[in-house]
Amino acid sequence: MTQTCLHCGDPIPPLSDGAEGFCCKGCEGAYNLINGLGLKTYYERRTLDPDVKALRPDDDAAQIDYRAHIIEEDGINTLYLMVEGIHCAACVWLIETALAKQETVDQARVNMSTRRLVLKWHGDKIDPNRLVSVITGLGYRLVPYDPNLLNTENQKREKELLRAMAVAGFATANVMLFSVSVWAGYSQGMMQSTRDLMHWLSALVALPAIAYAGRPFYRSALTALRSGRSNMDVPISMAVVLTAGMSLFQVISGEEHAYFDSAISLLFFLLIGRYLDRRARGRARGAAEHLLGLNAVAVTVLDENGSQSLLPPDQVKDGMIVLSTAGERIAVDGVIIDGQSDIDTSLISGESVPVTAKADDRVFAGTTNLSGALKIKVTATGESTLLAEIVRLMEEAEAGRANYVAIADRVARHYGPIVNVLSLGTFIYWCFIAGAPWHDALLNAIAVLIITCPCALALAVPVVQVIASGRLMRQGILVKTGTALERFAQVKHVVFDKTGTLTLGRAELVNRDEIDPETLHLAASIAAASKHPLSRALCRAFGPVAVKSGVEEVPGNGLVWQDVRLGSRAWCGDKNAPISMGPELWLARDGQDSVCLKFADHLRADAKDVVNGLKAQGYGVHLLSGDRIEPVEKVAKDLSLDDWKAQCSPKDKCDALEGLDKPLMVGDGLNDAPALAAAHVSLSPSTAIDVSQTAADAVFQGDRLKAVLEVLGVAKKAESLVKQNFALAFLYNSVTIPLAVAGFVTPLIAAVAMSTSSLVVIANALRLSKGKV
Amino acid sequence: MESLLYLIPAMLLLGGLGLAGFLWALKSGQYDDMEGNAARILYDDDDKPLPAPNKEKEK
Repeated sequence: MTQTCLHCGDPIPPLSDGAEGFCCKGCEGAYNLINGLGLKTYYERRTLDPDVKALRPDDDAAQIDYRAHIIEEDGINTLYLMVEGIHCAACVWLIETALAKQETVDQARVNMSTRRLVLKWHGDKIDPNRLVSVITGLGYRLVPYDPNLLNTENQKREKELLRAMAVAGFATANVMLFSVSVWAGYSQGMMQSTRDLMHWLSALVALPAIAYAGRPFYRSALTALRSGRSNMDVPISMAVVLTAGMSLFQVISGEEHAYFDSAISLLFFLLIGRYLDRRARGRARGAAEHLLGLNAVAVTVLDENGSQSLLPPDQVKDGMIVLSTAGERIAVDGVIIDGQSDIDTSLISGESVPVTAKADDRVFAGTTNLSGALKIKVTATGESTLLAEIVRLMEEAEAGRANYVAIADRVARHYGPIVNVLSLGTFIYWCFIAGAPWHDALLNAIAVLIITCPCALALAVPVVQVIASGRLMRQGILVKTGTALERFAQVKHVVFDKTGTLTLGRAELVNRDEIDPETLHLAASIAAASKHPLSRALCRAFGPVAVKSGVEEVPGNGLVWQDVRLGSRAWCGDKNAPISMGPELWLARDGQDSVCLKFADHLRADAKDVVNGLKAQGYGVHLLSGDRIEPVEKVAKDLSLDDWKAQCSPKDKCDALEGLDKPLMVGDGLNDAPALAAAHVSLSPSTAIDVSQTAADAVFQGDRLKAVLEVLGVAKKAESLVKQNFALAFLYNSVTIPLAVAGFVTPLIAAVAMSTSSLVVIANALRLSKGKV
Repeated sequence: MESLLYLIPAMLLLGGLGLAGFLWALKSGQYDDMEGNAARILYDDDDKPLPAPNKEKEK
């Protein structure tokens, strides 16, 4: 059995630089820190989650100056941070206790559901960097966030729904108690005075509750009506308000029937559906925002006198000089004024081979600086920048999609008028044809409105969506927008981007078999000292390795350790060797031939299966890439894709999508963002650039492309369940409407019919949570 | 039937108390972190009560 590290739990590599029992110095330090604070019980309490980032202190994570994010109030400083690396409740306990042991800290509270930390302390403003370093030293990553920007509107809405639900639940239970007494009274001969008392009490409880708990529906219905549309909330509000009004009238005139129980339990059922729906969506969106936030890095800004400071990207102004070190993602658009480096533009253009950049070249936000330090002058963020162009394309594309109407609202559009006509017809029939008193005729007309109660109808969609998105979320697929599932179900064509979507978007060592293990070990142990993506790829390929001490980095060229050099072809390679397709590293030793380490961006392991699966299910599969023709052609051939296009600009991609019927766009780059917005529906991996993740309807985590099949499968299943639910609701209506028209509906029948129909719809939707799709 | 005269108010009062309790718990942030609180109770260190998170949010 391999020994595992006492701190992070990963296997210990041979020749570790840490003490006995540790994988590295960082873990040793963290272990000693925890022991020093007297918190050793942490190791007994925790359970490590293999899906979460290992608890290894990361000395190369982007340095953030936390001072810029402090919110000060009455001498108390507050810092809002997102935490990455929480495995279980013991981590929460460790973070809170470790911080509480610091002298100036007033409060440290981790929210485990949202993985956010609120840190309050008094005194010095320089403190945060020291306080935070306690936690980062343990192996967690902390990223500041703005509490006002994240999710507050959503949380408010969610809480409002929960409050309304509580009130409706309370009222439903009590009104039902009165109603059951009245129903029992039918057979046992309740006196009229007692029945009236019960009705009055029901009114007393139900009316304020209906007024309060129904507000989310009334508001939405009013907004829709004002803009001349109709949605599902219109018939709901109408049914609730009319039922309550008619019942009040009945009670005042001492009649036999009152329908308060129907009105309030309708609200209660619907609020449950609404609340679950919003919470599922909110959690997916929260998780997506969490992923995005962790990508945010600080920008190193150089003053005129040469001193460095770290700023959040949104505080960087035009004309500032920004320093970008090797391995960093460039956060601004600008012109290089000093330095030379290779730039990986794959997220912008899809180009897989890095381009060389030197002074006076332009660089764009979203590209990655691969090899050397650069000084970049930030250029005007006017209409001419690449980002502005892409944002403009996106806005155009999104405007087209805003016209999509959710299936529930489409049904409501036709359903509302039909019900109204039926109800009016009933009134006319009873009043003028059957010659009943106008009061009885009105009663029957309103009974039609109640019994065609949109309860099952209004639950039909949200219940299915809650269960579908919950199921997808367990598999790491976050569905962000409400109608996304419906649109996924209509997809006819699937369009893939290449770099980062069909491929993993990161270099992998390809010629491992040609290199003898000893050389590879030497190369990997030198590479471990560098942040360069190729060095990282090399270490990843080799596995855990101890870093050689005394490695020096030569910017733009490579690494030196004693007399061994690891770096670019021009610096230490064989200049006459044939040029390979992807990036390469060379290892040179005195007196020996240079060894070439070749890298390539591999296809995702299940890309071929997914493409074949999609074809088998009858989807049209397409490939649109910004990369050069050769690599795109190779990928298309490997996946046996016939329809592919290389060297596409963002606009080309949008245009290509226009020619397809209901396309699903899967992409990750900035150059995909407009296409993601333009497509009927879109999906993007969680490694995608933030603009793309925001534009996409759903985000999937992990290396497997199978998420595409899963989403489409679940969406199809969900759509058929929604249709079944609508069918059930209409079936129920077709039985009860004649009863209502004929005037046979008593409150008891209304209540029973409504509850059964809702339960049937919910039970039907639950079938989605298990089983294959 | 006279029993109704005090049973019904008692019922409404008790139910109302439950509702008020729930609304209070919601407002004081006790439903903000269901996952964390479920685990927190298992550690028997002194856990200080939440210092009214809502106060500053409303400001």
